[in-house]
Amino acid sequence: MPRRRARGRSLLAWAAGGLLLTACNGPIESRSEEGSTVGGAPAYGDTFIQASIGDIGGLIPSLTSDQSSHEVGGLIYDGLVKLDRDLNHAPSMAESWTYSRDCLELTFKLRRDVKWHDGRPFTAEDVVFTYQTMINPKTPAPFKEGFLLVKEAQALDPYTVRVTYDKPYARAIETWGTYILPKHRLQAFAEAGTLRESPQNSHPVGTGPYRFREWKPGEKVVLVASPDYYEGRPYLSRVVYRVIPSQATIFLELKARGVDYVSSLTGIQYARQTEYPAFRKAFHKFRYPGSGYTFLGFNLKDPRFADLRVRQAFAHAINRQELIDGVRLGLAREATGPIRPGTWAYTADVKRYPYDPQKAKALLAEAGWEDRDGDGLVEDREGKPFTLTIRTNQGNDERKKIAELVQQRLKEIGIQADIQLIEWAAFIKEFVKPRRFEVVVLGLGTGTDPDQFVVWHSSQRGPDQMNRTGYANAEVDHLLEQGRASCVQKDRARYYHRIQQILAEELPMIFLYTGDALPVVAARIHGVSPAPAGILYNFTEWFVPKPAQRYTSG
Amino acid sequence: MALFALRRLLLSVPLLIGITFVSYVVISLAPGGPLDFLTPEDPNASPEVKERLIKEFGLDQPIHVQYWQWLKRAVRLDFGRSFLPDGRPVLAKIGERLPVTLFLNLVELAIIVGVAVPIGVLSATRQHSLYDKVTTVFVFVGFATPDFWLALLLMILFGVQLGWLPISGLRSLNWEYLSFWQQQWDFFAHLVLPIVVATFGGLAGFSRYMRQSMLEVVRQDYVQTARAKGLSERVVISKHALRNALLPVVTILALALPGLIGGSVIIESIFAIPGMGQLMVQSVFSRDYPVVMGNLVIVATLTLVANLVADISYALVDPRIRFGGRRGRR
Repeated sequence: MPRRRARGRSLLAWAAGGLLLTACNGPIESRSEEGSTVGGAPAYGDTFIQASIGDIGGLIPSLTSDQSSHEVGGLIYDGLVKLDRDLNHAPSMAESWTYSRDCLELTFKLRRDVKWHDGRPFTAEDVVFTYQTMINPKTPAPFKEGFLLVKEAQALDPYTVRVTYDKPYARAIETWGTYILPKHRLQAFAEAGTLRESPQNSHPVGTGPYRFREWKPGEKVVLVASPDYYEGRPYLSRVVYRVIPSQATIFLELKARGVDYVSSLTGIQYARQTEYPAFRKAFHKFRYPGSGYTFLGFNLKDPRFADLRVRQAFAHAINRQELIDGVRLGLAREATGPIRPGTWAYTADVKRYPYDPQKAKALLAEAGWEDRDGDGLVEDREGKPFTLTIRTNQGNDERKKIAELVQQRLKEIGIQADIQLIEWAAFIKEFVKPRRFEVVVLGLGTGTDPDQFVVWHSSQRGPDQMNRTGYANAEVDHLLEQGRASCVQKDRARYYHRIQQILAEELPMIFLYTGDALPVVAARIHGVSPAPAGILYNFTEWFVPKPAQRYTSG
Repeated sequence: MALFALRRLLLSVPLLIGITFVSYVVISLAPGGPLDFLTPEDPNASPEVKERLIKEFGLDQPIHVQYWQWLKRAVRLDFGRSFLPDGRPVLAKIGERLPVTLFLNLVELAIIVGVAVPIGVLSATRQHSLYDKVTTVFVFVGFATPDFWLALLLMILFGVQLGWLPISGLRSLNWEYLSFWQQQWDFFAHLVLPIVVATFGGLAGFSRYMRQSMLEVVRQDYVQTARAKGLSERVVISKHALRNALLPVVTILALALPGLIGGSVIIESIFAIPGMGQLMVQSVFSRDYPVVMGNLVIVATLTLVANLVADISYALVDPRIRFGGRRGRR
């Protein structure tokens, strides 16, 4: 159940580089007494306790798709590059990298002072091994596409890796932000296809800022600071992930100061239940736009929704501000398209659809839907009324409320909508994949790269693929291909701006809103500084001044 | 007696196989499969991985073949490995969770019996008294109170407001650094709330059975006889009535055995206790067939054993059944 809910909230877990970053540019608000929490003398020590609603799947995060595994894995393992506070790629285990002029060759210079937690040196061999493991068909890694596009990865010398591509791939650098695996521990298992059974999956050795200490399944994962981390020992000595499968309990533990960090409060918790002096003293609350959007998706195979005027009528009939206020207590921003606002690929210059039921009715009438028998519902020329079912997954309260509000607004323009909530697995398998739906309420994540080939390209309409609405537009196809194949950001920005304009015009789905991320961090922890990348990007620099340290042991 | 037990034991083998077969089919027919969770709704997830895993897990075979493969391994007590990315053996996953659940449930059961029997007996002997009415209301309030709601209220009061008890988990995070007695206290403190919540709900059923059974017994002739002999009321009740009234309760107790390892999902989730209930629910939701089946075999076996134990203990407690078979004894 908890797994389900976590998944439902953001459809995808994007593992990009070291930590899972969940934020973006745009207004950043910190609701703490002093704004951001810099100050006091940095000191080593203390324990950072984090609640996680689900247990980790395993300790080789490349094999998992759940968020907890990637959060824990992000501290144990490092990539060649990482994302900095502004979501740009920055050096991590690679001290520098260069593209060849034709964008086909990418050469990494590796740091020479990086060691695995067991003391072995980290070398180019490990990078090549990671690549070979990821492309090995025996490796059950859910995210391997970036590696499959690589033509060749070779170690030129122990500290230089050259990667070549068949054609330019815009997300090449992002690929190398993923966890680099230790060759000396995994080679035999990778070749045999038994990675899941390897000791590394229960007692991992990485190169990241924290070392693995213990995993008690269903209870907790404990990590300790790596004293010889190449970027300097992290200040917080221990990190504990406690598995608490109930949201309500996590919140109570937070109030009782039993946990130090929650990645996102709900709207009601943020706006009402934490607004009392003791809480404000013990915690700092943050607010910035999250990394995903919620949408109302049409099945474009349905002849009614194949008509653009009908889709536009829906867009005018829905009151987004009402959704934001009613469902998120105002803690969200209107979404205008699928790209993260505030990033270089985003444009606000797209067609918008203000709430306007009259216009919606006019558009419906133009498409042949009018109230012909005076019952308040619109009918087509044969007198068949416009009825539909809004479907979404069970256990996601936000989506359920959206469905209810949309239902009411559709009624205003004469459309009779039912709501059906279906258990996640059944919903995806029986309705979404075979495209047996009329409209659905779902969410999608926005990665750090704007490439969304798999969501919008017409070649991606198969049952196991991600173009769920069945959208096909030759110009968008072409732009997606170009955007993916260029390594010049200025050109790419142009392609993605155009894609957003087309999508806003054609509305294969109605982009509803981007919810705000609402993290809380214990006030004794200093160094938290919200940025476009969220707050976790500089986790190793967080500290608790000596007098304020709470846990001395460990 | 031994023959009877043996026959029952042999009969339970086909029964167990039947149970596992039906369960296997049902879980396989449930919409969605393990792969929907391993390779999530993600634009970057590759479909080939899925194909490969389906082969590796043997999910491309027809159900009866899959079941046969599973059964062949299961009879050798090899329940395979979890489908989840941790890929751990099923028995290890169950093994690390069983002790907690078993311990909690035994304590709960002991408390429930310890409290419910006196409540039941007293309210039967004082039928229609104020005491009877008050306890009736009390146990039914307990019965009707949703676990999770009571749990949250108690957590807010004792955990957040008063700060007397820990809210969730089994041990404090600094447990390793505590002295022996502090460790025991810490563990105990963590158990108070879950056990209170679990027993409160369980009292009603048991005390009602006890009351009902007692009411029947005190009307029997032999109780009258005992009273007529001039025995004190205490002896009449505790010696003559209670022992007979306990008979049906023993059956219920035995049937509660499989529940001992099942664990309560709600209690375990709310109090973040890594027990069997959570494991079962998580494995069902992620369609982790090997773990589901492993769990199921254990629960089914225990249920069958519990039935057997109930019958046998019946015979042990009730001399009429024990000696009934012997001729000429009367």
